[in-house]
Amino acid sequence: MKIPIIVDGQMVQVDQGAPIIDAAKKAGIFIPTLCYHESLKPYGSCRLCMVEVVQNKQRRLVTSCNFPAEGGMEVFTNTDKVRQIRRMVVELLLARCPDVPLLKTMARQMGIKSSRFKKREANECILCGLCVRFCEEVVGVCAIGLANRGIEREVATPFKVASDVCIGCGSCTYICPTGCIEMVPDEKTPRLRIMKMGNHPLSPCPNDYQCENCSIEQEFLKDIKDVIVEFRRSYRNSER
Amino acid sequence: MKRISSIVDLENLRESILQKRGSKKTIIRLCLSTGCRAQKSVKVIEALEDEITKQGLQDKVAIKKTGCHGFCEMGPIMVIEPANIFYRQVKPKDVGDIISETVLHGNVVKRLLWKDPQTKELTNTEHDLPVYKKQKKNISYNSGKIDPTDIDDYLAVGGYSALGKALTTMTPAQVVETVVSSGLRGRGGGGFPTGIKWRICSAAPGDIKYIIANGDEGDPGAFMDRSLMEGDPHSIIEGMIIGAFAIGASEGFIYVRKEYPIAIDHLAIAIRQAEKCGLLGNNILSTGFDFTIKIDRGAGAFVCGEETALMISIEGRSGTPRSRPPYPAFEGLWGKPTILNNVETFGNIPKIISKGSDWYSSIGTKKSKGTKIFSLVGKVRNTGLVEVEMGTTLREMIFDIGGGIRKGKRFKAVQTGGPSGGCIPISKIDMPVDYDSLREAGAIMGSGGMIVMDETSCMVDVARYFIHFLLFESCGKCVPCREGLKQMHEILTNICEGRGEKRDIKILTELAHFMTTASLCGLGATAPNPVLSTIRYFRNEYEAHIYDKKCSAGVCKNLFEYVIDEELCNGCTLCKVKCPEQAISGKRKEPHRIDVQKCIKCGICFSLCKREAVRVK
Ligand SMILES: Cc1cc2nc3c(=O)[nH]c(=O)nc-3n(C[C@H](O)[C@H](O)[C@H](O)COP(=O)(O)O)c2cc1C
Ligand code: SF4
Ligand code: SF4
Ligand code: SF4
Ligand code: FES
Repeated sequence: MKIPIIVDGQMVQVDQGAPIIDAAKKAGIFIPTLCYHESLKPYGSCRLCMVEVVQNKQRRLVTSCNFPAEGGMEVFTNTDKVRQIRRMVVELLLARCPDVPLLKTMARQMGIKSSRFKKREANECILCGLCVRFCEEVVGVCAIGLANRGIEREVATPFKVASDVCIGCGSCTYICPTGCIEMVPDEKTPRLRIMKMGNHPLSPCPNDYQCENCSIEQEFLKDIKDVIVEFRRSYRNSER
Repeated sequence: MKRISSIVDLENLRESILQKRGSKKTIIRLCLSTGCRAQKSVKVIEALEDEITKQGLQDKVAIKKTGCHGFCEMGPIMVIEPANIFYRQVKPKDVGDIISETVLHGNVVKRLLWKDPQTKELTNTEHDLPVYKKQKKNISYNSGKIDPTDIDDYLAVGGYSALGKALTTMTPAQVVETVVSSGLRGRGGGGFPTGIKWRICSAAPGDIKYIIANGDEGDPGAFMDRSLMEGDPHSIIEGMIIGAFAIGASEGFIYVRKEYPIAIDHLAIAIRQAEKCGLLGNNILSTGFDFTIKIDRGAGAFVCGEETALMISIEGRSGTPRSRPPYPAFEGLWGKPTILNNVETFGNIPKIISKGSDWYSSIGTKKSKGTKIFSLVGKVRNTGLVEVEMGTTLREMIFDIGGGIRKGKRFKAVQTGGPSGGCIPISKIDMPVDYDSLREAGAIMGSGGMIVMDETSCMVDVARYFIHFLLFESCGKCVPCREGLKQMHEILTNICEGRGEKRDIKILTELAHFMTTASLCGLGATAPNPVLSTIRYFRNEYEAHIYDKKCSAGVCKNLFEYVIDEELCNGCTLCKVKCPEQAISGKRKEPHRIDVQKCIKCGICFSLCKREAVRVK
């Protein structure tokens, strides 16, 4: 069902329940985003897309990438509060990833000269989760996921060992907004591509899954090796 | 056990249990909950059993292994019925006297009685204990009285009669409306009206609905949910069955952290017993209503207490919150309408159904009804669980029930609501404890944690402590919480270590407001509370840290020195002998001195000096 909704004074018609950002697009209004992609389910993690919504006389801040449009809703995409939030998001991310060009550009556009926060050790991943979700939802492979909690959260393969399910499609490299997943050809087997994220190879196993004799494995997996060997064996069997 | 297939069966069974118990036995109730167990109550039970067999008293004396009595400070706790003699800190070696004196001759063993630390008066019986007098035990009443692993005990005190009433005399809508008009609000943190939540979910379209009890209890220092699950599991189960009936769910889950093995055990036993009696399963009380409960064990992440993360965790994925809407009442577990309530919330339900919503709403304040269990810990004399009527003042809780501050120190602040709660200062000590007053004061009810602090706590350090906890408990999904907490912790650490800058308070406040409005879930949104509330009430401490580089509480090591007051020091040499760095010099009977260069600020001299001559400067 189509419903009318007002975005920054413009009336547009959108499907009921569609994310507000769709309505903004229809009205030709740009809302910055970092974790949103049309072909993926909304995730709501970067909080850059926040807008003010007035509904039933209540005013509140919501993320436009996943907040459902309802009839009679009025949306404001460029209020003081909204701008403050955007600036803070960028300032915080800039402290996390000082060298990422996309963030530098965003900061410049918002008039942020430098982040007031302490720079962290070099990191390029903003944890938007696009790569992980693309690999799961579109490629259908689930080679990578988000490991750990809080400040230690990171993109990784299960148990941080080379993935034996990654098909080397390169989607993650393509979709990453900060360019921190590299794609390099494998020297030994040129038709294979290795995805590299920092020091984690996301690529097919370099040792043809001879886990029992592999030195990489020895290092990581003193305790949990058996579990993983078994897991892989059953996984490969189920594939066949 | 015979299957109970109607309300008549239920009442007959209750009658027969009560009749069997009519005999005039002495009953020794001993707490076997986590707190008392840690103080070796299991050994006491073994000694009791041995002694009773040795003296051939099996027909005269019965032992009842109960849940938490609340007065954990004094564990192991024992109560002897029918006279209700209260013994504390019972050791296996006391058992002989207890049997020969109290059980056989009705005399009290004086050394085991509770003694008032100030008046030195002894208290004989449980109901005369000052700690219990200002309390109103409603939900925690059974815990400490009944054996939680025996459904007969629960039936004997009227258990499952509310279920019988709901299922046979009320419609689901009537149950919902009774809960609505009782005014019950969720005990898990937010304080959302339970009845309204049920009403929304029962109206949500869908054949399959779920009901979940939240027993995750991640707040450090809080243990009221654990005690309830350990001490009175059937009341939670009964509440859940009634809730399921009200919203039309046929499957339920209790989410408990794995660190609570006894709670899991007791809940599992209770579920099994209820199934055997036919109070869970198909066609309950022949009303055609089916309901089962499973226990889901969590791995103990704080964030898994958040409703969406909890459901995702039950689904078998890693517990990370998701955006709402859709709200769980419409799309929850596996996308079906789901009700999640705290275990204590469910514990209230049987009482509301049995005694009626008018009775319930007559307790408490205008907007916060009923009683609430708090875990009172920190620098108070009587730590433990207390249940009070909503609206009881902080002063009554801390001084009348808690017995005041330990070691004659001064009260400074009380932190309520767990890690993301706020610190309330002395000026607000006469404030009533209810959802709205707490929120207004910059704190929250949370699940009922209450940490009392005295003058030896530095409020900047306290804020840093909680932010540190949350930093590692945040799931890390959204920017405000993950990055915000990191930077907040960075700034607070700088302040505590003497690198504070003039702009810090402003940045902290700005960051805090940003996190409150922009975080994805409640963790990030409430995380700044410790910082905001300490800035609001203890700004002078922040300023002293930043501008004067002073920590007057003597906590932040770079920001104070220990000095000896020459007037007070009598040269006893105690501090000199014990100082690990030989930083103290001075002759016997002459004032001593501390060499600031050598002092590592371990605080040993400070805590040892009987004349309080060692000062923080
Ligand atoms: C970070 C976080 C942790 C939480 N932990 C708990 C918890 O341990 N136990 C609990 O009952 N509720 C907890 N909650 C609140 C739940 O999300 C939910 O609101 C509550 O269980 C609903 O039940 P109630 O309405 O009966 O309070 C937590 C919320 C957040 C944001
Ligand atoms: S390259 Fe591998 S990890 Fe990246 S999206 Fe494709 S399958 Fe997933
Ligand atoms: S690697 Fe790139 S796409 Fe993946 S989470 Fe990090 S920034 Fe996002
Ligand atoms: S607020 Fe914190 S815990 Fe909640 S989703 Fe964001 S990062 Fe995770
Ligand atoms: S785009 Fe909406 S939260 Fe990231």
